[in-house]
Amino acid sequence: MLKQYETVFIATPVLSEAQMKEAVAKYTGLITADGGEIVYEEDWGLRKLAYPIQKKTTGFYHLIQFKANPEFITKFEIQYKRDERIIRFLTVALDKDAEAYAERRRSKLSGSAPAAQPAEAASQEATTNE
Amino acid sequence: MAQQDDIRYLNPPTVEVKRKKYCRFKKAGIKYIDYKDAEFLKKFLNEQGKILPRRITGTSLKYQRKVSQAIKRARHLALLPYVTDLLK
Repeated sequence: MLKQYETVFIATPVLSEAQMKEAVAKYTGLITADGGEIVYEEDWGLRKLAYPIQKKTTGFYHLIQFKANPEFITKFEIQYKRDERIIRFLTVALDKDAEAYAERRRSKLSGSAPAAQPAEAASQEATTNE
Repeated sequence: MAQQDDIRYLNPPTVEVKRKKYCRFKKAGIKYIDYKDAEFLKKFLNEQGKILPRRITGTSLKYQRKVSQAIKRARHLALLPYVTDLLK
């Protein structure tokens, strides 16, 4: 039985565009290799962190919504832990209300530019967190 | 002799109208609270980034638990600070 999940990870800001793409491809590849399927992907770009992590103040955020077997998640998170490029990650299971919300969010964002809203939030945070 | 109706106030006495608090999630029919929406979650934080109690926001217990869960997830992802000054 496949269950729906959502994962967000923060990669180090030192990565180049190509390296970031490669990192994303690695994780989407892991999901599909285990028989899961990618539902949605979203790149938030370089954002300012609310507090420094490993002495870094910015990071590349990436969101993946996917369906996978529950046993796969532990294996997936081990890959995150072993990866030096990933400075923070979070994986949550989506219940039916969350799925409905994710669905609405997708349809809303597909109308406008996907990166516009998080980027705006980041710039606001930059001014308020000093 | 001052009668009851002779009493005059310099300023009209202010009678506080107590507005009943309500749970905004129940009222708006919101079922899921997104941890990715940091701007929305800031409504439930004070200036130091602490979670506001239910007695101030009026949120029902069921949704207060969800709000706190979402805020803690957002903090983990550095979308919200754990400690700060002058958040707003």
